[in-house]
Amino acid sequence: MHSNDRAEAERLFAHFRAAGAQPVEADILLPADTLLDLYGEDIRARAYVTSDPLEGEMMLRPDFTVPVVQKHMAHGAEPARYTYMGEVFRRQEHHGLRAREYLQVGYEVFAREMPEQADAEVFALFAKVLSPLGLHAATGDIGILMAAVRGLSTSPRRRAALLRHVWRPRRFRALLDRFGGRSRMPEPRARLLKELQEAPATELIASAGPAIGLREAGEVAARAAALLEDAATPPLSGAEVDILDDVLHLRDTAPMALGRLRDMAVDLPTIAPAVDRFARRLDALASHGIDVDTLDFEASHGRTTLEYYDGFVFSFHAEGRPDLPPVASGGRYDALTRVLGQGREIPAVGGVIRPGLIALLQEGGA
Amino acid sequence: MSLKIGVPSKGRLMDKTFEWFGARGVEMRRDGSEREYSATVAGADGVQAVLLSAGEIPRELAAGRIHLGVTGSDLVREKLADWDEQVTELAPLGFGFADLIIAVPAFWIDVDTLDDLDAAASAFRAAHGHRLRIATKYHRLVREFLRDEGVADYQLVDSQGATEGTVKNLTAEAIADITSTGETLRANHLKILSDGLIHRSQATLFSARAADWSNGARETYEALLATLKVEPPEPL
Repeated sequence: MHSNDRAEAERLFAHFRAAGAQPVEADILLPADTLLDLYGEDIRARAYVTSDPLEGEMMLRPDFTVPVVQKHMAHGAEPARYTYMGEVFRRQEHHGLRAREYLQVGYEVFAREMPEQADAEVFALFAKVLSPLGLHAATGDIGILMAAVRGLSTSPRRRAALLRHVWRPRRFRALLDRFGGRSRMPEPRARLLKELQEAPATELIASAGPAIGLREAGEVAARAAALLEDAATPPLSGAEVDILDDVLHLRDTAPMALGRLRDMAVDLPTIAPAVDRFARRLDALASHGIDVDTLDFEASHGRTTLEYYDGFVFSFHAEGRPDLPPVASGGRYDALTRVLGQGREIPAVGGVIRPGLIALLQEGGA
Repeated sequence: MSLKIGVPSKGRLMDKTFEWFGARGVEMRRDGSEREYSATVAGADGVQAVLLSAGEIPRELAAGRIHLGVTGSDLVREKLADWDEQVTELAPLGFGFADLIIAVPAFWIDVDTLDDLDAAASAFRAAHGHRLRIATKYHRLVREFLRDEGVADYQLVDSQGATEGTVKNLTAEAIADITSTGETLRANHLKILSDGLIHRSQATLFSARAADWSNGARETYEALLATLKVEPPEPL
């Protein structure tokens, strides 16, 4: 870390406080369980795990979102605006220049009313503070893709399977190909389905081997029944798969993207509310002084990052520096507050800036 | 300066390694008693054999404390981040074959592929309140494989031995382990996923990028490879 990084962080932190955010602290050592349950086993490759003799596995803070959300859910007033500043730690499994430790300064809004206004507030605040750097902004909206999946005329089970893998493009594609009848059924599956039509599942299970382990025979039978049901489900229509593909590949300036989404909503009316939200957000951004006519929109943006964004997403990159990670990124994460809130939830949007990258760009005269 | 080559210090892997070198005119012989971990090399000038645990050879290669080493290709991939930037594969030795695979209870008739495992893990988590546990000692290889395949809702639990027994003992729901014949898996009522082959391992001769290749080490290395009739892969 360089000395200029902290000065830059202080400047951003002061800027966010002046915008009305309350400063909040977060522990550096976090219980590993919460993070593992949220992000899955992959987080082990991206965060430093250590162990405490009494508390068990702990992680060096890989980001602030989880502790800040937990803090808010425990004793936050509504609506709330928070800002924070501190180090995050990222384990690197590959050689290269990626930082293992760097500063983040963040701004988060927890508010039930007018979510598009909150989206625009965060984006505009970031755009303003970053404007001297001439960064390129990219935006997206995971909510539109999720609405498109929810609108597919297929079984709830298939829709749930696709939603579960929205953030894993490869498996999402494999599922879509399978549900669309575009990939061949593996031979053992075809054999199992045939056997299930000739004998009850319980019989097949009993003859396959003793029931060992926590997963019980009843659970195996239940999924066997689900497989039979799925085999009887007609494939997704080609037209629906095409629309979903159109959404996945949609990449244009925001007003053009909005126009195309309105056209798609004619054939897939369930996305209309999400498209309306997109339109309201553009209006809100314009009222904050953002030039939405030139703003880039990509429906798949943010799909491969940490899996909690479920609405508006954005990032700011230095053009001509593809070697650098985004200088700033953020988005809406309503579902995360539901997972961490133990029965409570609150719409939330926010983002982080990496002051170290700003300092680097300024030194380099980018 | 002599060229140090790390070889497995015991068992079949050591015997087979000695055989492989012996068949190519380089005699390795263990010094003194069964308990002494040093060996003499004949037929290759300037080469010194270092007897090491096969599991430690990747680390010694990465640190450059040995120039060459014989160990399982699975161990190198598991223990070294960016393994191919730290070591070079010189030759597969044709023994010590073992497949790193994912296995589940045989009575899971609904699970045959990773796609099934992923769906079963999702249902399992909803029913039991925790992620489906996979017992293994190959954490890196298994995690990278499952990430690339897009499998979610699982967790890895560490098992350094008798991994096939973890399902019956209720400490895991599935396992990822090496197998050569599948005999132990069958005896423990487990079956291999049809697309669950993570890595096909065998004993392999590696060279270390971080070793000191000056002071004649490179010449000794080139002479040794010529004796062994191993094609040098690329400039180190």
